[in-house]
Amino acid sequence: MFLLALKMLLGDRAKYWMLVGGLAFSSLLMTQQYSVFQGLLAWTTSHMRNMRASIWIVESRVDQVNETKAMRDTDVNRVRSVEGVDFAVPLFQGVLKARTADGADKMIQMIGLHSGTLYGRPPHMIEGDISQLRLPNSVVIDTLAAEVTRLGSGVGRPLKVGDVFEINDREARVVGICKTERHFFGYPYVFSSYDQALQYAPRQRKMLSMILAEPKPGLDTAVVAQRIMAETGLRAFTVPQLEASTLRWVWTNTGIPISFLTTIVLGFVVGVAVCGQTFYSFVLENLRNLGALKAMGASNSLLAGMLLFQAMIVGLIGFGIGIGLTALFGLTIAQSGQPPFKANAVFVFQSMAAVLVICALAALFGIRRVAKLEPAIVFRG
Amino acid sequence: MTTPFRPVNSVSLPATPVVCNPPGDLAVGARGIVKAFGVGDARTLALKGADFEASQGELHLIVGPSGCGKTTLLSVLAGTLLSDQGEVNLFGTRLTGLSASEVTRFRCRNIGFIFQQFNLIPTLSLVENVSVPLLLNGTLRREAEAKATERLRQVGLAGRERQLPTQLSGGQQQRVAIARALVHEPRLVICDEPTSALDSLTGHQIMELLSTAAKAPGRCVLIVTHDPRIYGYADRISVMEDGRVTHVHAGVLLSSFIHSENRS
Ligand SMILES: Nc1ncnc2c1ncn2[C@@H]1O[C@H](COP(=O)(O)OP(=O)(O)OP(=O)(O)O)[C@@H](O)[C@H]1O
Ligand SMILES: [Mg+2]
Repeated sequence: MFLLALKMLLGDRAKYWMLVGGLAFSSLLMTQQYSVFQGLLAWTTSHMRNMRASIWIVESRVDQVNETKAMRDTDVNRVRSVEGVDFAVPLFQGVLKARTADGADKMIQMIGLHSGTLYGRPPHMIEGDISQLRLPNSVVIDTLAAEVTRLGSGVGRPLKVGDVFEINDREARVVGICKTERHFFGYPYVFSSYDQALQYAPRQRKMLSMILAEPKPGLDTAVVAQRIMAETGLRAFTVPQLEASTLRWVWTNTGIPISFLTTIVLGFVVGVAVCGQTFYSFVLENLRNLGALKAMGASNSLLAGMLLFQAMIVGLIGFGIGIGLTALFGLTIAQSGQPPFKANAVFVFQSMAAVLVICALAALFGIRRVAKLEPAIVFRG
Repeated sequence: MTTPFRPVNSVSLPATPVVCNPPGDLAVGARGIVKAFGVGDARTLALKGADFEASQGELHLIVGPSGCGKTTLLSVLAGTLLSDQGEVNLFGTRLTGLSASEVTRFRCRNIGFIFQQFNLIPTLSLVENVSVPLLLNGTLRREAEAKATERLRQVGLAGRERQLPTQLSGGQQQRVAIARALVHEPRLVICDEPTSALDSLTGHQIMELLSTAAKAPGRCVLIVTHDPRIYGYADRISVMEDGRVTHVHAGVLLSSFIHSENRS
């Protein structure tokens, strides 16, 4: 009977495609928007994956990794003196203006690393040698910075090791190119030594943005971070803590999550509306047939099962198409990396469940109608 | 408990009824069926204590003027409509004593349906349509389709199993409906106006098929009609008027009834 149920629905081409189309659209909307949202959220914490420190110490009022309030240089030593800290190094983080060969100004994300340890250095060097950052006026740029549309402007090709540009009228010589995860602000990364970064940045009274620290081997990072906070009055985060705090900040201080969630909920609602409407009219149009089946001895539960089965199958097909389109979207933009896109297996299952819930709701209206159907109607003209 | 059914005829059956086709065991018995539709001012009493009986091996017509309650009675007898009062007994099973799901199961096993508008499922092939009652009874698809194919052959539609109902004429569709009604060998076949959507010749072909079906042992075919052209196929005719069965014609009385009806 279930096979026949499917054929009944497939026989109605218009409704079938309407259902599949509506569900595909709804799944596409939900999964695509969610993936972009996840990608965007990932961008807000990319500093942490590009610098990979164990403990992040910031000024006491700072809530998230993209925000800086300058600290005193002496704070580094205060952190170093906390028991359980293996080492602690200063970090400069700031958005500066760079000037390209053709005189254009480009914003960059400047990161100044402690020259002794280079702690916080990018994970993947593509070209060059990071240790050359210790030479004067040298920088390591990421692949985004090297692009013709960024610092390569005026050179006519992506920047290579040995090329130069200017930051605040000071020469910056490229000694290496690295790969980074893109940052929320969209500016390319330029790494230099901490001291060099202070030369590039406009002079201010306090210049220390963050302190990166490593606990002694075998010690619990969270415990050490807690101790740093207690003893210095600064704020210290472990990676998960800073990630959570940053995301919390995005949720409470920006409209981004709400606007994405609205679209996702809208996708769900549109799915329910289109699918419920179409499926219900399918049931209404087939009321005589369903009545005949009922007269011939199909029980309410069998008919309910058939309707549910029909709805679930179109749900799976629609979801398949929707997720396929989302994947296609993801692959297409994977090259440019924009808009951000982060697929998530859990969400794929969640949205599949959402689509199946949509279908179950749609079927439910039909099932209610059929349950109330008098089989005797088939004798009426 | 089992008080015998009293004849309800006014032309009255003779004490020992003279019947050409001696009635076998009781197939359908109904007593005092009352059914009302609607409430308040809109309330219509469709059945006002109707009594009815039909025997096994019989093709039994229910006739009467429009609106007298024929379809309603048939629905109650088939267990697709619950009566307000009265008892229905089908082949020894008291339908009124069964739960809703038991009635559904009983219908599934024992009753075949033929509707005026055929009611074939338009998106399913003929063989799929015909196999529905078997599938509902839990027969496996392959076996159901084999039996359905054989039934289609018996009603003269061999080789057209994979066609859709819309590709057939009305008479052919009604044959498919007959094949569907008989495929699971039901004991009771219920037909509401099976010929009224068909021309005279096709109507006769359909009736031939149905009267052959009625000869199967233990079977009873009930037909509601107001098409006098097919009265000749009946073993018995119950006449309804205003919510009751008023006359039952059988044997010689049947012939004279048919004669007078066809003249008028
Ligand atoms: N579902 C219903 N709701 C309200 N009234 C109904 C319903 N079904 C039947 N009736 C009424 O009950 C009465 C008997 O109807 P029924 O259909 O049984 O008559 P019938 O003898 O089959 O008529 P016809 O020959 O026109 O088919 C009619 O007055 C009809 O209007
Ligand atoms: Mg009728």
